[in-house]
Amino acid sequence: MTAAAEATAGRIGRVRYGSISRGRRKALFWSYFFLILFVIFFLAPPVYMFITSLKSSAEISAATNPWWVWHPTFSNYIDLLSQNQYLVFFRNSAVVSICVVAITMVISILAAFSLARMRFWGSATLATGVFLTYLIPAELLFIPLFKTFAFIHDKTGIELINHWWVLIILYPTLTVPFATWLMIGYFSSIPKELDEAALIDGAGYIQMLTRIFIPVAIPGIIAAMIFTFTVSWANFIYPLAFTTSADQLVLPVGIVTTLIRGDVYAWGQIMTGALLGAAPPLIIYAFLMDYYISGLTAGATKG
Amino acid sequence: MADVVARDLRFPARRGQVSLQKFARRKSAIAFYMALPLILVVACLVIYPALYSVHLATLNKSMTKFVGFGNFEFLFRRNTFWMVVEQSVMFAVTAVIFKAVVGFVVAHFVHNLPAQGQRKWRGMLLIPWVIPPAMSTLAWLWLFDPSYSAFNWILVHLGLPQVAWLGNPYWARFCVILVNVWVGSPFFMIMYLAALKSVPEQLHEAAAIDGANWFQKIWYINLPMMRNIIQITALFSQIVTFANCDIVKILTNGGPVDQTHVFATWAFTLAIWGNDIPLGASVALFMAPILAIAAFFILRNVNRRGNEA
Repeated sequence: MTAAAEATAGRIGRVRYGSISRGRRKALFWSYFFLILFVIFFLAPPVYMFITSLKSSAEISAATNPWWVWHPTFSNYIDLLSQNQYLVFFRNSAVVSICVVAITMVISILAAFSLARMRFWGSATLATGVFLTYLIPAELLFIPLFKTFAFIHDKTGIELINHWWVLIILYPTLTVPFATWLMIGYFSSIPKELDEAALIDGAGYIQMLTRIFIPVAIPGIIAAMIFTFTVSWANFIYPLAFTTSADQLVLPVGIVTTLIRGDVYAWGQIMTGALLGAAPPLIIYAFLMDYYISGLTAGATKG
Repeated sequence: MADVVARDLRFPARRGQVSLQKFARRKSAIAFYMALPLILVVACLVIYPALYSVHLATLNKSMTKFVGFGNFEFLFRRNTFWMVVEQSVMFAVTAVIFKAVVGFVVAHFVHNLPAQGQRKWRGMLLIPWVIPPAMSTLAWLWLFDPSYSAFNWILVHLGLPQVAWLGNPYWARFCVILVNVWVGSPFFMIMYLAALKSVPEQLHEAAAIDGANWFQKIWYINLPMMRNIIQITALFSQIVTFANCDIVKILTNGGPVDQTHVFATWAFTLAIWGNDIPLGASVALFMAPILAIAAFFILRNVNRRGNEA
């Protein structure tokens, strides 16, 4: 070994000596440092929402530090929750979301079982097709759907525009392809031996689905339900295009269109309304975070 | 089902084959009926409207006359249209790049932490993704408020000039991208974190023995190992960001002077408020080629990923 090589080896040795734990501690310190910065960036808007919701309108327009509440008050919450209008938005949102979850789960579990396990002519193509339709955004579909609904009204007299329940028909365009795609993935991961055993024991296909597939795939079903709920709770463009009168609105659009009157912004109430409107998905997330994350990584959700 | 099996056992010859065929036919028939609701939903509410919008785009404003490419010719002559194209592309590409970079960086920081603390941090960092975008955009609108902006209060106290966040076209574009990055990067973080967990630790140990520094470990080990996930996530996000509507709609509504309009918001303004459905449909159709390209690559990657597994 030459002197140069020896010197290099010595240098590496010296640098590495006792430095691993120090290096790791330094890496940990910087990780925490930057993560705190990112958490501040990520949580500033919701925290600011909460701060503003506790302020009276006099304090909002006062020239004090906007990031602190000097005289916390619940008047915004009381005003909003005693207002019939806001409760109607909340009810509309809740009924629409729950119905959409129920419809989506029935359609997609049946379809996913048939596509993942039973196969028929064209089922592979259909599975790919489901994935492709999942990629078509609502922003492309609302104009033709709007026109179609107007056409249906002209022909049959059934008024489909400006009713909140019409969203129950519209939201499955977003949720069904996604939930089916997610469920196909979960069902395909169930070992074939299970359904063979069930077949030998004389189970029919419906029994196989209800007794074996649904119980085994419960985590996947919960994840799909959470996403279906979140998507239908949060969707903005369909209700914006299809509903206009105040008693037919759902939460996101209701807050944007009714609490902003002309150029007058009732910021305290808007923030309270938005925070309460964000509460159901947040609560679900807080309790079912692991299902949420497994669904995210399994389905490659839209993002 | 049981009696079918039993009959098969009793007559293993020709008749057995016939009933087996019948069995298969019946199985596929049941399968078809089970998938029928899905087929109906997809056909009536997705495929039909998608094709119908192509037809709509070829009609005149009152939808009485076929004008062929008339709407497109009209659009190509308007400056607003080219501005919207430019803004949509710039918005989508910049936002996705920043989302991917922020997600990648944050995922690495979270991955560095001791395993038992990761859950808590991951939970906090995913919150922007959970809040319905319409609601959180309202919070941003209030943060950018012209007279009571909380950001401007900080800037003034740091001795910096105030910024007209949504009043100035360039700042408005910046704000729209910022909010989109805020909403979307937690998704990238979760995806990349999952991908990071699947990178074998031995590779890092081997690299450490060979004297690789942190940058080399990321560049030569993590990036190649995560390549597939990075691509799929970015393509997915590209589709959604390109079609994004609610952030722009609430934050600026296309203003100031149409500088922040993207395809979706402009199509909405033309079709629903301007009452020119064919023109709106033509604008919305410009999203389709980008979607098709992204969908093609996603499908290829997903299939490749399936073959590897």
